[in-house]
Amino acid sequence: MNNAGNDHGVLVDLGRERPQVPARARNMSPIVPRASIAGRALVAVVAIMTFLASITTGAVLLVSASATEWQSEVASEITIQVRPVAGRDIERDVTAVASAVRAEPGILDVRPYTREESGKLLEPWLGSGLSLDDLPVPRMIVARAAPGTRLDLEGLRSRVTQLAPSASVDDHRAWINRMRSMTNATVFAGVGVLVLVIIATIISVSFATRGAMAANRPIVEVLHFVGASDRYIANRFLRHFLRLGFEGGTIGCVAAMMVFGFSESIATWFSGTPVGDQFAALLGTFSLRPSGYLVLVVQTVLIAAITALAARRTLFATLDEID
Amino acid sequence: MIRFENVGLRYGLGPEILRDLSFQVPAHSFQFLTGPSGAGKTSLLRLLFLSLRPTRGLVNLFGQDVSLLGKDEVADLRKRIGIVLQDFRLLDHMTTYENVALPFRVTGRDESTYRREVIDLLKWVGLGERMDALPPVLSGGEKQRAAIARAVIARPQLLLADEPTGNVDPTLGRRLLRLFIELNKSGTAVIIATHDITLMDQYDARRLVLHQGRLHVYE
Repeated sequence: MNNAGNDHGVLVDLGRERPQVPARARNMSPIVPRASIAGRALVAVVAIMTFLASITTGAVLLVSASATEWQSEVASEITIQVRPVAGRDIERDVTAVASAVRAEPGILDVRPYTREESGKLLEPWLGSGLSLDDLPVPRMIVARAAPGTRLDLEGLRSRVTQLAPSASVDDHRAWINRMRSMTNATVFAGVGVLVLVIIATIISVSFATRGAMAANRPIVEVLHFVGASDRYIANRFLRHFLRLGFEGGTIGCVAAMMVFGFSESIATWFSGTPVGDQFAALLGTFSLRPSGYLVLVVQTVLIAAITALAARRTLFATLDEID
Repeated sequence: MIRFENVGLRYGLGPEILRDLSFQVPAHSFQFLTGPSGAGKTSLLRLLFLSLRPTRGLVNLFGQDVSLLGKDEVADLRKRIGIVLQDFRLLDHMTTYENVALPFRVTGRDESTYRREVIDLLKWVGLGERMDALPPVLSGGEKQRAAIARAVIARPQLLLADEPTGNVDPTLGRRLLRLFIELNKSGTAVIIATHDITLMDQYDARRLVLHQGRLHVYE
């Protein structure tokens, strides 16, 4: 080849991963060629795993945020039910109970439901147009306590039953407990999925590392010949895996963020449908708070770090076998 | 510098291929290691290079019992040894220049500090025009010279060469031998494994002869 007049000199080409460059510019080629590591497959695996982990964490954050909101709303509410009893004037009982509850310290608002309003509450089950005069419809009184107030429920209960023996006080504790159990179960399941995703990531990275080491065994042997330490050799490989882990993690995390970013619009499309309403009831607005996005970023960094640690561990184990 | 005492080597459960080797290699010495094919020359070189551990006996290298060395210490010792193997072991994705510069690079030295030295040596071994070529396009002799240049570039205290003139013409063979002799004069102990009688006859040096797994030393 005549290179006269050609400033670039000889060109070398090592395939798609590395474009043609002037040979003289290649005094410092990477010791481990990037093309020798099954990069795309590993990036895809890490991206999918990060995406799944981010979706799981985001869903858990949404559920627990919604549940906390529900719980705080419900926990500050007391419902008193006054059942009609023969021989007592229910209107008088309701008024007396409402006044007694209003007098309790920490109660902000008391709202006795009228006869018509109580009837409306039964409409979903009994249908409309029913004469409520024929039915012993209980009357509801909803009291709202100031947040953080610790009410003397037993005292309230005894005072209320003195005024109206058929009245019962419900502070929704049983319901809140059920809600809390459901939330805890969701969080527990989410953590379980995260653990599985992380284990699967570690296994995938370990296999990829072993494969890369096997493919580059001649390079490792030569590096040993010239006196390179295991740490030096491992770092040459680790550099690639960090880059692949970072690429995969970023793709997965950004995809998950886009899903959550668009979820509000998606929720709007489905609003009004039974499915949309159910989701809205369970997950609220379906939008992640800024702190939730931060959690996803931190989680991605964590997955990248785990990827690096898994690769490093496998590298040293494999180097022990090769030497 | 090197001391072997009753060293034996076997691969797995096979027969002992090296038996009761006891010899010393003094610093600054020059010796040929010879013997018929399959006599165990390469195995002995690998023992000297610490890529094999003896099945029995004591190997002492640079004053250290190799059986007590950790991996990092082995890596440090190898920096003091240069080796040329029969199959060259050049990295195909690196240019000749990069292959020869590798011993400097793994120590973390900046490229500008060794560039001149590497280029000079490549010119000396006749690869001045091939320093940007990749090993797959080099001839057998060029690969051989590149492998030798890589082994000697860091001026090792001990140079091990396995059939270093096997792929070169007699003229270049003499030139390479001169390189080894020059290196020896500058303080490097040299062990050249060869069964090339012509090569050995060109330089009056100690001969270590392996025969049926045993070593005979001719001063």
